[in-house]
Amino acid sequence: MKNILKSTLALLSVLVAFTSCNNASKSNSGALSSSAAEKVYVAPGEHDEFYAFISGGFSGQLSVYGLPSGRLFKVIPVFSQDAEKAYGYNEETKPMLNTSHGFVPWDDSHHPDISQTNGEIDGRWIFINGNNTPRIAKIDLSTFETTEIIEVPNSAGNHSSSFVTENSEYVVAGTRFSIPIPQKDMPIKDYKGNFKGALSFISIDPEHGHMDIKFQLIMPGFDYDLSHPGRGKSHGWFFFTTYNTEEASTLMEVNASQNDKDFIAAVNWKKIEEYVNNGGGTMMPANYAHNVYDEATHSATSTMKKEVRVVNPLDVPGAVYFLPTPKSPHGCDVDPTGEYIVGNGKLSANLTVHSFTKMLAAIENNKVAGDAYGIPILNFEDVLAGVVEQPGLGPLHTEFDGKGNAYTTFFISSEVVKWKLGTWEVVDRQPCYYSVGHLMIPGGNSQKPWGKYVVAMNKITKDRYLPTGPEVTQSAQLYDISGEKMELLLDFPTIGEPHYAAGCPADLIKPRSKKLFKLEDNKHPYAALSEADTKVVRDGKTVHVYMTTIRSHFAPDNIEGVKVGDKVYFHVTNLEQDYDVPHGVSMIGANTSELLIMPGQTETFLWEPKQVGVWPFYCTDFCSALHQEMQGYVRVSPANANTPLKWSLGEDIE
Amino acid sequence: MLIAALLPLGLFFFPLWKITLEAPQYPTPLGMYIHINDFSDVHPHDIKNINLMNHYVGMKYIPEAIPEFKIFPIGIIITTVIGLLIAFKGNYKWFLFWFILMIVLSSAGLYDFYLWEHDYGHDLDPKAIMKFTNPDGSVMGFQPPLFGSKDILNFKAHSYPRLGAFFLGLGIAASFVAYLFGKKQNKIPS
Repeated sequence: MKNILKSTLALLSVLVAFTSCNNASKSNSGALSSSAAEKVYVAPGEHDEFYAFISGGFSGQLSVYGLPSGRLFKVIPVFSQDAEKAYGYNEETKPMLNTSHGFVPWDDSHHPDISQTNGEIDGRWIFINGNNTPRIAKIDLSTFETTEIIEVPNSAGNHSSSFVTENSEYVVAGTRFSIPIPQKDMPIKDYKGNFKGALSFISIDPEHGHMDIKFQLIMPGFDYDLSHPGRGKSHGWFFFTTYNTEEASTLMEVNASQNDKDFIAAVNWKKIEEYVNNGGGTMMPANYAHNVYDEATHSATSTMKKEVRVVNPLDVPGAVYFLPTPKSPHGCDVDPTGEYIVGNGKLSANLTVHSFTKMLAAIENNKVAGDAYGIPILNFEDVLAGVVEQPGLGPLHTEFDGKGNAYTTFFISSEVVKWKLGTWEVVDRQPCYYSVGHLMIPGGNSQKPWGKYVVAMNKITKDRYLPTGPEVTQSAQLYDISGEKMELLLDFPTIGEPHYAAGCPADLIKPRSKKLFKLEDNKHPYAALSEADTKVVRDGKTVHVYMTTIRSHFAPDNIEGVKVGDKVYFHVTNLEQDYDVPHGVSMIGANTSELLIMPGQTETFLWEPKQVGVWPFYCTDFCSALHQEMQGYVRVSPANANTPLKWSLGEDIE
Repeated sequence: MLIAALLPLGLFFFPLWKITLEAPQYPTPLGMYIHINDFSDVHPHDIKNINLMNHYVGMKYIPEAIPEFKIFPIGIIITTVIGLLIAFKGNYKWFLFWFILMIVLSSAGLYDFYLWEHDYGHDLDPKAIMKFTNPDGSVMGFQPPLFGSKDILNFKAHSYPRLGAFFLGLGIAASFVAYLFGKKQNKIPS
């Protein structure tokens, strides 16, 4: 018995020894990771080399990170109300969230893409799609604010969006869910042949970036999943992956996964543009919102548009072809030369790559295998450039480093795989923690990627960080791809659920980033550009307060003569003209958010006093040494009172 | 001497003096140029922001204009005209006169500037938000230095001449050189 105990102890100690050996080898990798730490270390006061714009998914927003540090700088409100910045709460930005369904204060933001000139990222604007209530937003990268949102009619599940052509001619939005066009009351079971999918080409004004739907291509009722523009030699074409070519409408996970091959739709948009410019297509009644924010008035306006131009692909012969692509492809990615079109067949063990040159040759020689609703289908073999054999399971998305390599995410096998274009050989693979969705190389959707880092956006986090209850943060991972092998450098948490990202060198954006708004350029109709302009004006039961802020007081800060039942609009102008001196304002009981007003800007909140009394307001942003003193009072009298309307600063109201 | 008389006109094109205020929260320092006829921002809105800082300790706003802005340009033009007259008509002894005149006037200008600075730094609003006293109990002043650098609370103030002042100085020096030169030349024949 003693012997057994002894030998057990001996065995245990051996095991412990092995375990500690194991620990020792782990700490070796710790020494390695210290070099990784150096690679992501950005010293205090230093700036990151790259901006990364990572979508917020169900948060509806767009986050701004620095690479390689993984530090979060800003969450730009786009499709969701943001009380912090009063976006969607103040009177100026409420119109931004207007749609044909009324005020929709949330969306599912997916695929940010930066504007381009000559196939290279120019850093002027970034576009992002709202997936749920189809919308495309434009964010101005001089202010990092959402300045335009256009609703996309005839669309549902705005997913194969919002990708920009190489001279920012168009931002493209394709529908994931096909629907009756126009919408009508009909049985769901009659989907097949009756539902349609709209691919929208939204023109971008070269100067202001204003968006306008040039045309919608009304395609067969498949699910258009993702897309990318041709570039270089394939500029003028656009490629969309499809699934559910079965046209199922129920138990989709099974019924939409039956066909061995779905399609990549190749659209010659230049040809359709020419057709439309010559009066082609038909104007169809529609109802969609176009919301534009004006930097001069610091205000948005919403206009309902009443028609849209639709194009039947059969009316433009040679404009649309289907390329058979295995297994419900997700990402549809075009390499920097424009030759290779990667179809990431998400249920496939292989990766299919089509050749643009071979596609043109097949079209030239009229090698058509059949048609789908009259749209020609090319032969799989005729357009195939090559197959990456057995690279992993569940390919989703591919980006390129500009040095002849491609990087593909594999959701099911949870890894990033590096492979070579042309030889289709796998070079390296690195695990992701866990189940990676999309990835991003700065400049990925362009002719000029900066192939230094890849960011993997993972769908599952589990144990990677300190736990925070059942709901844990989503996670991104940064890999160094400057060498032959990839090296994992950093995990960092992300907001919402990132679906896609765009990045570029900081130098493209940093020099143009605004520090403040010039007061002399402020054209807000209710701005008070100096304390002498402040006043309180009654118009029936509506009261307009023209208020200013400057360190460290409001003008006026005493107001009397407001009555229960009034609608009181506080129009607050920040008179500061210094970098990073915003002021905030909030009113007790206001059924809205605070305002956070940048220097030179005017914002408005509505307060409907319901109780008699003297009610305080205060500055919500720690603006200065006397911030705590930055406060004021409004006297609210009964609805039938005769208290005269008066206001003051620095003296008592007589 | 001609050059000496014309050089001070550079004051109309270049600032005379520059005051810079550095503080931890101003990675880009605040700054003000003093011209003979104007105050101007080094970066947009600097004077507005200097005023905003200074109101906490009860300092007055930097005025849009001061009487000196009218007097100084006239003074410079008159002395230039005198200098030109001397250059064409006068003998070298007058060069010395002009030199001394300019030294006296410049010193008077600097003294005037000092007085203004002193008033600006000491004539404080009795209702100032923050009141500071020196170790001896007297009210702390916030006068920027006339020349050099000085710590004022969280700010480090620098005050140095700029290109315009160098033009003036060069002109004065040139008149003295012209005097010495003239004196030497005058001696040769005798």
